[in-house]
Amino acid sequence: MAAVPDELKVTAEEYRRMVGREKPPPPLLQNALKAFFSGGTICLLGQVIQNIYIAFGFSPEDASNPTVVTVIFFAALFTGLGLFDRLALFAGAGTAVPVTGFSNSLTAAALEFKKEGAVLGIGARIFSLAGSVLLFGVVTAFVVGLISALF
Amino acid sequence: MSVKVAQQSIFLDPAPSLASTATVAGPMEGAGPLGSDFDFLYKDQRAGEKSFEAAERKMLLEACSRALEKGSFELDTIEYFLSGDLLNQITVSGYSAAVLGRPFFGLYGACSTLALALSLGSMLVAGGFAANVLAATSSHHSSAERQFRYPTEYGFQRPPQAQWTVTGAAAAVISATGEGPWITAVTTGKVVDLGEQDSFNMGAAMAPAAASTLLRHFEELQRSPDYYDLIVTGDLGAVGSKLLRQLLGRSGYYPEDNLNDCGLMIYNPHLQKIGAGGSGCACSGIVVLGHLWRRMKQGELNKVLVVSTGALHSTTTLAQGETIPAVAHAVALEM
Repeated sequence: MAAVPDELKVTAEEYRRMVGREKPPPPLLQNALKAFFSGGTICLLGQVIQNIYIAFGFSPEDASNPTVVTVIFFAALFTGLGLFDRLALFAGAGTAVPVTGFSNSLTAAALEFKKEGAVLGIGARIFSLAGSVLLFGVVTAFVVGLISALF
Repeated sequence: MSVKVAQQSIFLDPAPSLASTATVAGPMEGAGPLGSDFDFLYKDQRAGEKSFEAAERKMLLEACSRALEKGSFELDTIEYFLSGDLLNQITVSGYSAAVLGRPFFGLYGACSTLALALSLGSMLVAGGFAANVLAATSSHHSSAERQFRYPTEYGFQRPPQAQWTVTGAAAAVISATGEGPWITAVTTGKVVDLGEQDSFNMGAAMAPAAASTLLRHFEELQRSPDYYDLIVTGDLGAVGSKLLRQLLGRSGYYPEDNLNDCGLMIYNPHLQKIGAGGSGCACSGIVVLGHLWRRMKQGELNKVLVVSTGALHSTTTLAQGETIPAVAHAVALEM
């Protein structure tokens, strides 16, 4: 709902262009490089963890489940220690895209709403950020599963 | 005799005095270039409390009690308490008013609250309705972040135009007597909305409101920007400040070094990762009542125009695709 007083010698359209000129561009290349190396490092660590599970007798397929759980655990731990948000400030998509981002979004919400109680705080709000990932993930999995079963 | 000179501006006569002020701030604000001008610095964000909301309340009450103490005012000589903050239903102010037990006007002007509280407080005093009023405001990075954006420990990259909510509180006793600085004129802003929708670009949303109020102030009071030693906006940050200069330029005003922004003064942008500058009620609150009040007392500044700027959206209106309306109020302080 635009409200442009007479004393401003500008229209909403002109102002939108002025803002576009002054808004600093996001450092895309820099962000992409940081995400590539930090995300790659997390995946490398994940691979090391998986190899450890394989060395303990898991088959290569079975080793992926405990690996994901271990990575989720460490991301949650780092969130609780207050280190994850600082890491993500640097890494961006590097921490958001792997399962670490999912773990962080759950833990951060749980920590934040802990004071509002176990049921209506943690229980109701833990998926406030990750909820859409779950919903659309499940729906997509269902549709893809249906297609693969039919054809 | 106070006079309303035009649609938006009044001269206050006798001008009320900003008799006593106090400011408290968090660790990041303490580490900034103005850290030594604040009365008390908290070592951690929680200030020893269980929640960020409780910490913010503790800070507001601490600023209020220090303002009273520094000016040797007894609490029962305060006839009105005016306060506002950023949290839903201005709970920091309401809960603090319950502790203070004085007649309370709760204000919502988002980050424009300092100028809003000083405007109304000085009108109460100049109008003869009170001898002393207490005006206060607060903001907290983590309580604001949680309410307006994400949980505090959620990891994400902030875009470069984003600003950092200041943690702190500021309070002032406005009195019919005192030694100044005096609040001599007030220009009340209109709500302006030029269609900005990016909640990470508050400076751009608020710059037109600041320009509107400044232009009305200059025109109605027949003052040029040169009249003031310093004109400070509240929290336009780097992006909003550039836009403000362009908007003023379109009306033929080109203020130079005497135009600054509290959001650009409070942190050290090269050492602290704060994006485009500070924001929040406490931004203009602690810079004006802490830093600038001292400089006026020391005689380094004689005429200061404070223009606090506030964005009047909520997370609900933004999620529903609405734009960000903004307001700015101006208060002239003179020694």
